[in-house]
Amino acid sequence: MTAGIDLGHPQAQSVRSDEDVVRVRQLVRTVAVAVKLSLVDQTKVVTAASELARNTLVYGGGGSVEVATVENGRRKGVRIVFADSGPGIADLDLALTDGYTTGGGLGLGLSGSRRLVDEFEIETSPETGTRITVTKWSR
Amino acid sequence: MERVPILKIGDILLVSIQVDMSDQTAVQLQEDLAERIVDTGCHGVIIDITALDIVDSFVGRMLSTIASISKVLDAETVVVGMRPAVAITLVELGLSLNGIRTALNVERGMELIAAAHADELDYQLDDDPDAETATP
Amino acid sequence: MALSTEESGRLAALLSGQADRVTSRWTEIVTSSLRGRLSQAELRRQVQDLHSAIVATSEQGDIDLSADNAAELRAALADLSRGRARQGFSATETTVSIFALKDVLAELVQEAGGANALNDYVAFAKLVDEMGLFTFESFVRTRESLIADQAEQLLELSTPVVKLWEGVVAVPLVGTLDSARAQVVMERLLQTLVDTSSPYAIIDITGVPAVDTQVAQHILKTVVAARLMGADCIISGIRPQIAQTIVALGIEFGDIATKASLADALRHVLRLSGVETARRQPRRGA
Ligand SMILES: Nc1ncnc2c1ncn2[C@@H]1O[C@H](COP(=O)(O)OP(=O)(O)OP(=O)(O)O)[C@@H](O)[C@H]1O
Ligand SMILES: [Mg+2]
Repeated sequence: MTAGIDLGHPQAQSVRSDEDVVRVRQLVRTVAVAVKLSLVDQTKVVTAASELARNTLVYGGGGSVEVATVENGRRKGVRIVFADSGPGIADLDLALTDGYTTGGGLGLGLSGSRRLVDEFEIETSPETGTRITVTKWSR
Repeated sequence: MERVPILKIGDILLVSIQVDMSDQTAVQLQEDLAERIVDTGCHGVIIDITALDIVDSFVGRMLSTIASISKVLDAETVVVGMRPAVAITLVELGLSLNGIRTALNVERGMELIAAAHADELDYQLDDDPDAETATP
Repeated sequence: MALSTEESGRLAALLSGQADRVTSRWTEIVTSSLRGRLSQAELRRQVQDLHSAIVATSEQGDIDLSADNAAELRAALADLSRGRARQGFSATETTVSIFALKDVLAELVQEAGGANALNDYVAFAKLVDEMGLFTFESFVRTRESLIADQAEQLLELSTPVVKLWEGVVAVPLVGTLDSARAQVVMERLLQTLVDTSSPYAIIDITGVPAVDTQVAQHILKTVVAARLMGADCIISGIRPQIAQTIVALGIEFGDIATKASLADALRHVLRLSGVETARRQPRRGA
């Protein structure tokens, strides 16, 4: 249930199955609506979240997603952190190239999500896994 | 796991996706459709995504695969009802849905399939030396 | 913290002791600064609202304008500035209503006298300054959102999407296209395709003097998005300069249909859809 969620606190969702990826989409949608993103911006951030959560599941071997509202002066936004303790991304530049995939995908998940959000940060290493933080601001 | 129903209306299979599909549900739909095309001998498939509020790379890939599979099975697939926000997002994501025919709604989708079918008849008629009078 | 508990106690006493006199004098000063643009009665009501909010807050002990217990006072100030911003008053005209309280307080403190008089006046004046600043800020915020709203309305007015023919919609773009406007237009165009079930759209840019890379990209993306939805776009009225820009910027218009004028584009579309129906119907009848 997402009714009555406290938007002041980050909402966490573990990512262990592809049903969880659906839950991540729904959670991000709820928060995006709450911070009044436009319909197109909601669609963009939910799509990006779907891509990144699936990567967390498929390549990171599962992990967790945290969704929070953020505020900077006049604008509100949604910030999402995807974290896993998988093998990390060996060549980040390559992984961020359109069409690069090691899993038989289209290779658009990472590069495409980066275009769909306003801020995009990756920390990755073989020891600590991968942690991606994205933010979408209301216009 | 939820399963997306496939309806047969006349000579057309109609799939109306109403739920936020898990990846597994999407893969299942792909398999179910291939089977139904063969079982029914239908030459047209309409996938109505009016209710979908996002299409990500996984669903996009599934749509492309369904289109290719149905082509191999001699059926034309048309994806209908994509919302503007979804289309704008797909363009930004970089997904071009190559090889997929699209239409604004089910009605227009049926027209497309009928036209494709007529083209095919044209082609067969044009091949036939006795059919010259039929060419406009 | 602006006022200590003792100071705010004395402020409460001073303001509520002669409430009527205070609000009358306050109203008087404000009236002269607004030169009759608000009725005396209206001003008096506003001043009384502020007066009671200040008294209520100061009766609760120390005053800190940013603290929780000053919420009512902040709301009263925000109310005033919102109203004034909507009515078209300037920022100065609005904050003067607050600063006028300083003059009133100076008179009151002077009359009351006592050992704390000077100290109190300085402290009260500081509080009034803070209230003035707060008012100014909420005034500006209201004005900004009003301007944004108006800009959006203008945007919608200046970008009509019209149904030209059964199955054909058009957007005649006029004037400078910036990125924000291009985006709004394109979203509306796509929605209109759905609403009218039109498989053809004509984007007419005859009235657009110039495009930059971003705008050209927006148009391009719209054409691709429309295609994903099952509709075709035709771009008409590309001026020679714009064609040069497009080529110089290396933007690929690829296989997008372009026509010299809106009329040409419409003719093209009608021929496309006409050919389809003409070719299809006799076959089906046969
Ligand atoms: N969380 C992660 N941990 C480890 N490797 C990752 C992670 N996310 C992405 N990668 C690597 O980056 C590559 C590119 O990812 P991207 O999402 O862009 O494409 P994809 O998942 O292969 O295909 P698509 O998402 O288009 O279906 C992946 O193939 C994988 O090798
Ligand atoms: Mg991926």
